[in-house]
Formats: sequence, C-alpha cells, structure tokens
Amino acid sequence: MHLPPFQRLVDDHAAELHRFLVASVGRTDAEDCLQETLLSALRAYPRLRHADNLRAWLYTIAHRKATDSVRSRARHPVSELDGVAEGHVASDPQPLPDDGLWRSVRALPAKQRAAVIHRFVFDLAYRDVGERMGISEEAARQNVSAGLRRLRMEVDR
Amino acid sequence: MTDLEQQLRDAPVAELDRKALTVGLAQRAGRSGLLDVAYAELDSPIGELIVFVTPHGLLRVKYADEPIEGVLAEVAERVSPRILRAPSRTDPVRRELDGYFALRRQRFDLPIDWSLVRGFAGGVLRETARIPFGDVRSYGQVAAQAGSPRAARAAGNALGSNPIPIVVPCHRVLHADGKLGGYSGGLDRKRFLLALEGSLPKRM
Repeated sequence: MHLPPFQRLVDDHAAELHRFLVASVGRTDAEDCLQETLLSALRAYPRLRHADNLRAWLYTIAHRKATDSVRSRARHPVSELDGVAEGHVASDPQPLPDDGLWRSVRALPAKQRAAVIHRFVFDLAYRDVGERMGISEEAARQNVSAGLRRLRMEVDR
Repeated sequence: MTDLEQQLRDAPVAELDRKALTVGLAQRAGRSGLLDVAYAELDSPIGELIVFVTPHGLLRVKYADEPIEGVLAEVAERVSPRILRAPSRTDPVRRELDGYFALRRQRFDLPIDWSLVRGFAGGVLRETARIPFGDVRSYGQVAAQAGSPRAARAAGNALGSNPIPIVVPCHRVLHADGKLGGYSGGLDRKRFLLALEGSLPKRM
C-alpha cells in the first residue's frame, strides 16, 4: 500500500476544497472547516485501504464538515446586526456578491447543496458530480434539480 | 441557462491563505498527535537543506540535489504517510545547524530518529555519530568500532546511505591514506565541512 505523503494532498487539493467550503458555509467559516477536514483526513489516512480516489474521499469529509458547520450555525444563528457588533462581518471585509442567494444555498439539504455547488461552481458534468459525491449520475442530477427548484422558490419569494 | 444558474456559476471566490493553513494545520495536527513527520527547508552555506523530524528526533537531512519527491515517498512508506510541511517543528534543528555552520557549536544535542537505518549500517552510523568535531577516522576504523574490522567497504556503503548527513558526521570518515573517499552530497560538500572543522587533509 503506497499512500502519498499527506502534504501532497494538501498541496494538490486544499485550494479547491476551500472553494467548495466557501460556497458551502461562507468565507468566515471556510478556513476552519478546511482545517477540520484536513485534520479528520490526516487522522484516518494511514488506515485507508487504497489510494484510488483520494480527491473524492477528501470531498466526502469536507461535505460532512460543511454540514456540521451549517447545522451548528443554525443552532447559534448570528443575526446580521449582531454580526456587525461583534466584528463578525468585519472579518469578512468584502461582502460576498449576492449574499442572499448563497445564504439560500447554505440552507439547502446537505446533498442538494453539495450537488449544486459541484455542478455550477465547479462546472462539472453530472457524472463527475456523482463521482465526487459517491452517488450515481442519476442521483446527482436529481439532487441538482431539487436544489435548483428550492432555490428558485426562495429567490422568487 | 437560467439567471439563477449563471449566478451560481459566478460564485464568490476567496483566496486561500496557504501560509495560515500550513501553520494552523501543523499546530492542530501536532496537538492531536497526528503529525508523524514534519519537514521544512533550511538555508545553509552548502545549499538548501530539507530536514525531516518525528516526535523521536531528527529523521532525515536532504541535500538540494536529491529530488524531494523521492525522499517524501520513502519516508511515507517506511515511517508514516502522515507527513506535513511544518517549519515550526524543525526550529530546534535549524538552530543547531545554524550554530554549527557559524562555528558556535561543535556537537549536536538533537535526538536522532534511526528509523530509516537498518542492520550493520546502524552500527556504523551510530559509531560515526561519536566522532568529535575536528577529528577524522578511516573506513576501517569505523567498521572495527561497529564490530567488523574487515568490513571497511561495507562501512563505506553504510556511510554513503547515511540519511542524516552533517549531524551524523559521515564526512569525518576518510580513506586510511588521507584520500577523501566518497560523499553522498558530493565531494565539494565533504571538503567544505572538513575545512569548516579545520580537518581537511593538507595535500587535498
């Protein structure tokens, strides 16, 4: 069993995982989520039985961490005014373009959220979305369209 | 394509702060006991060195001409794949090597991790680690001290595969007639280190 040095995974995939997490949980929480993702991966790494698709494996962990983070934010919501008072927004100096939409993305069910991000932010074909999420092409397509439907309702509201 | 899809494609981007990630990850991995091997680059008068440390000590010192990928792969396979670039973890090595090259330090107090060394080579290298600054030995002498007086050639091979040059001073081992012999980092480096210690044979 030849696993590459873990630093190689960090060098090759940290930037794209970060991008995935920025879209999934927002810029403020993305860095912490990324560290959590890589720490979890590092913990499990020597027990991996094969090194075939390390990238999909990392995305699975990132997806889990993003879901945990979104849930804990939902339990401890920070209202926008609180955010200003606590400097929450100050650590996010450039507000995200169209933040409203991304808040809705974050509020999607976890699978739909990940599928929508892989499909549009990374511009992947459904087959590749499925591969990164460890689900079938068809399931990827369904999650994306369910996610889009829900987002449309939110946006039109 | 709908407006919504276009908006999703224009996702916010945020630059990843790689330096902060390296520092944060190394810190947290270290605290959780998940950092089996840390490495970092150091400058030296004989070129860039990359040093690898484990919780047990200094594991490997790599000269610039050796490809890093090969060394990382070897360490991942023989020691652990939990390897991170973590400059703060290599600070003690940096301090001692800086002191050595500045002639402020004649012996290293760093603990050594011998994991990459096996068998007879281990005996030879442990004996070599005892040769004091400014002193030299012959291949035969080192072989004898490692318990095999007639194994000078095997001792030479062991020294050639020294994973921790400079700190395990294989440059202090020469031919009995004063010829320099070999050096994994190239003879120019061997000459430099011997000259630094004032023990370069006169006629060289």
